[in-house]
Amino acid sequence: MITAAVQEREHYLNASYGIKSWLLTKDHKRIGLLYLATITFFFFLGGAFATLIRVELLTPQGDLVSSETYNKLFTMHGVAMVFFFLIPAIPATLGNFFLPMMIGARDLAFPRINLLSWYLLVLGGLLSLYAMLAGGVDTGWTFYTPYSTSYSNTWVIATALGIFVAGFSSILTGLNFIVTVHRMRAPGMTWFRLPLFVWSTYATSVIQVLGTPVLAVTIILLFCERVFHLGIFDPTRGGDPVLFQHLFWFYSHPAVYIMVLPAMGVISELVSVYSRKPVFGYHFVAFASVAIAVLGFLVWGHHLFVSTQSLYAGLVFSFLSYFVAIPSAIKVFNWTATLYKGSISYATPMLYAFGFIGLFTIGGLTGLFVAALGFDVHVTDTYFVVAHFHYIMVGGTIMAYLGGLHYWWPKMTGRMYPEGWAKLSALVIFLGFNLTFFPQFVLGYLGMPRRYHVYPPEFQVLHVLSTAGASVLAVGYVIPMIYFIWSLRYGKVAGANPWNATGLEWQTASPPPAHNFDQSPVVTHEAYDYSTVLGEVEVG
Amino acid sequence: MGELRLLPEQASTIAPEVDHLLYFLLVVSVFFTVAIFGAIFYFAVRYRRRSEQELPNPVHGGLTLEILWSVIPFGLTMVMFTWGASIYFTEARPPGDALSLYVVGKQWMWKLEHLEGQREINELHVPLGRAVKLTMTSEDVIHSFFIPAFRIKQDVLPGKYSTIWFKPTKPGRYHLFCAEYCGARHSGMIGWIHVMEPQEYQNWLTGGAAEGTLASSGEKLFEGLACNNCHHADSSGRCPTLVGLFGKTVQLAGGGMVKADEAYIRESILQPQAKVVAGFQPIMPTFQGLVTEEDVLRLVEYIKSLGAKAAPEGTPTPGGVPAPKR
Amino acid sequence: MASEAHAETPALREQFDTEEQQKDASTLGMWIFLITEIMFFGGMFLAYIVYRGANPLVFAVASSSLNVYIGAANTVVLLCSSFTMVLAVRGAQLGQRQTIVLFLILTLILGGVFLGVKAYEWNEKFQEHHVPGPAFHFEGLPPELQGRAQLFFSLYFAMTGLHALHMVIGVGILSLLIWQARKGTYSAAYMTPVDVSGLYWHFVDIIWIFLFPLLYLIDRHLGK
Repeated sequence: MITAAVQEREHYLNASYGIKSWLLTKDHKRIGLLYLATITFFFFLGGAFATLIRVELLTPQGDLVSSETYNKLFTMHGVAMVFFFLIPAIPATLGNFFLPMMIGARDLAFPRINLLSWYLLVLGGLLSLYAMLAGGVDTGWTFYTPYSTSYSNTWVIATALGIFVAGFSSILTGLNFIVTVHRMRAPGMTWFRLPLFVWSTYATSVIQVLGTPVLAVTIILLFCERVFHLGIFDPTRGGDPVLFQHLFWFYSHPAVYIMVLPAMGVISELVSVYSRKPVFGYHFVAFASVAIAVLGFLVWGHHLFVSTQSLYAGLVFSFLSYFVAIPSAIKVFNWTATLYKGSISYATPMLYAFGFIGLFTIGGLTGLFVAALGFDVHVTDTYFVVAHFHYIMVGGTIMAYLGGLHYWWPKMTGRMYPEGWAKLSALVIFLGFNLTFFPQFVLGYLGMPRRYHVYPPEFQVLHVLSTAGASVLAVGYVIPMIYFIWSLRYGKVAGANPWNATGLEWQTASPPPAHNFDQSPVVTHEAYDYSTVLGEVEVG
Repeated sequence: MGELRLLPEQASTIAPEVDHLLYFLLVVSVFFTVAIFGAIFYFAVRYRRRSEQELPNPVHGGLTLEILWSVIPFGLTMVMFTWGASIYFTEARPPGDALSLYVVGKQWMWKLEHLEGQREINELHVPLGRAVKLTMTSEDVIHSFFIPAFRIKQDVLPGKYSTIWFKPTKPGRYHLFCAEYCGARHSGMIGWIHVMEPQEYQNWLTGGAAEGTLASSGEKLFEGLACNNCHHADSSGRCPTLVGLFGKTVQLAGGGMVKADEAYIRESILQPQAKVVAGFQPIMPTFQGLVTEEDVLRLVEYIKSLGAKAAPEGTPTPGGVPAPKR
Repeated sequence: MASEAHAETPALREQFDTEEQQKDASTLGMWIFLITEIMFFGGMFLAYIVYRGANPLVFAVASSSLNVYIGAANTVVLLCSSFTMVLAVRGAQLGQRQTIVLFLILTLILGGVFLGVKAYEWNEKFQEHHVPGPAFHFEGLPPELQGRAQLFFSLYFAMTGLHALHMVIGVGILSLLIWQARKGTYSAAYMTPVDVSGLYWHFVDIIWIFLFPLLYLIDRHLGK
């Protein structure tokens, strides 16, 4: 296909022009791109905070910033990354763009609500951003009471309101996806023909819909306590600060699965496409997503092993936490087994998938460490936990997000990214990530508490290693940013299906027409049947 | 730059237990990590794509494999669960002969009080080989008492008592950290635990400038606040006698029972009407705002000291008010 | 299905193939939204139950200061409004424009009455110094239990306040529906907005059915 042809054909990007056509769009693909721009902004904002944190921690003394500033930096890093990047990252961008296409729909069930969700995220983001610019907030992203309600003199209310508003964005996105998957599937697209990305996004949506309202009410109570002097978590009035922790983690633990389940869905797609085999144990992988979503709601108490929760509550939460390990392990094993006797390509998205499986394995296994009661008592609130959840969220979610972005980039833009640069940055990210966060496991076990501005000098070597890794990681993240923008104009023109993938999204032009398909698709095959896209059979 | 260690010092009876669990977890993790990395690497090389039109045979799954790789990891995790839980139970149950100490956390310091009356800030001296139990509370926000060399940690909450115990096994000086973020100078809320040979510890105790034991300063406070006007040593007062109270189960007005532990005594001083003893009028005023958390600890310790001995007759004091005898 | 993109009307948005599909999607969407609402109020109910369990007497005393007759009257008002809402939906199913408008207006009035009574109750609390904060005072309780009484009123205001907020949103939705119904937007063939708004209204009603006994009725005798 020649460039001129691409420009002549009408697609979702050139169907209409002007700012208004974007800000009032109901097209899920355009809304996906709006989300992409928004979360990219918050990713680099959160990254900037992280950079300052890592530079400060080069030396044991607090020499770059004051303690107050340092506390604001890690709080705002957490808020920006968790609520405005990780939670919307995959569902709201890749999910928004591809979920309707993968099930053969023209759009989500509620396009206006979809646009509203984006505006809510932006509004929430602006509120939080305002708080950051006005003076910042220093409570930690966990907002533990009574520090957040009675002691902090920072912009807690604006930040909390920002998160509250963004929460509605998350709820509405989840609701939209659930209804879409139930009601908008193309003829022949049965539940067990759905791509696994749809399954995992569906499971994610269930968590968003059930969990986020609890965060919303928790934030409202926090807000009322600061503004109207209600005393629900105030120990001096008989309130219990630990109740806040229960309510907070009832959402925020499942929120980890909001971040990582869609990532797992992306990996299922990538592993299948680049080894040209159906995902091994499709049903197990699909149900594992649902199992993780359900079990995720039963384990929040493992964040409270040293919070004076009863001994037996600790026992139950530890026991249940190990149950989450099983569906996660099932996924890892099935992805690995999918490679067996496959036709494995080393395209960039596959490199990210390999990276994800490796890092998620380490993150998941260290999850077994912190679920063990007696062990967690020692490492909770230390860098061990910091390393563990960064392995899941950065090593897991961001690797999968970048993998997915590379994989679907040709579909979204009609252009290929530069393969050489992309491979290089994938490698840089993998190495930089491990150098940043692996030393933190050691630091944590040695006893380095998290959220420390100054620290005893014996921890310095490991902190320096970690900061060195962070600088490598930062370079790794900037490279894709540059070549993605470059590729919009100069990238090789991609065909409809550059990867020989089977998903319905690849059965239409790149970039897709405004209504996704020129002819409404009818599904006659299971997912991942590569004989439908590769005519000649040649056994490797 | 300091030296590079990979494991913290082992200086309590719990520490080797936690480390052994770490070794087990590491062995399991390294095994699975190597297996998965190895398999991916091997498959990626062995089955690399050799031609663009290559189409491998589809394999849809295998039930036996799925069961195997669910059941085996589950068995392993149950070992981890049981092991971790058994350490947790040990950590939660201090031995009966443990030395009692009190801790009050506040932004941003640790105040530690010995029964003998020594008060320390951000430093704690303890004898080697003797179990030590800390009863802890906070004056403001949540803190967390963390000694890495002992592998123990416990949140310290306002309005509540929490406990932690350890038995040091190695003399030396160990870090004390606040592990729960508590505000601007959170990272400055640190201190040292000094583990001393028992004899050395005795010398340190007697060498300090303590003004009487914790219980005796509690007694002074008890009289200073005129508690003894109503709480007599015998049952003659308008309020229940506190002699022999500690550790007993108390019948409450309006039904119900409560064990007279530190938390109950604290509550009864600050919120006397929350749990009134059966047969008495709710006439006691609150001491909220009149006493600090440290004062409460002294009073608790005084009442505990009354519990240890049998109740003797009250003797008239010069003021004519019968005071409880110790 | 499998039809191509078509012109958009409110009765059939372009992403749907059939009107039935659109109606199913809207109804399912509202049910899921109501599930999120259950989780939302669930968090508060949980906090209330935990604290009630921890302070049974203070909560009984504090709760018995609420005016049970006003609460009961408001319950009746809300139940009636649910009934008129049902009649409005019925009117929509039959395609009777006048009936829809009439019963929606009645529902709106009853909703307004509820909110008015609620405002009166809150005003009473202000005058009695039962609003949590520095000026809080609850007669008949010793000073150290004032905090726990505040806890009750904190929960009271949080729960009734958020319920009232939902009522206000409901009133807004009703006003919109009335305006559109007058224009003749709804017919027997297209009445989904009336239907799903009805679901929402009943849900808010049901929340009150739980709030009323929890806040006003439980253990009232203990408080005397």
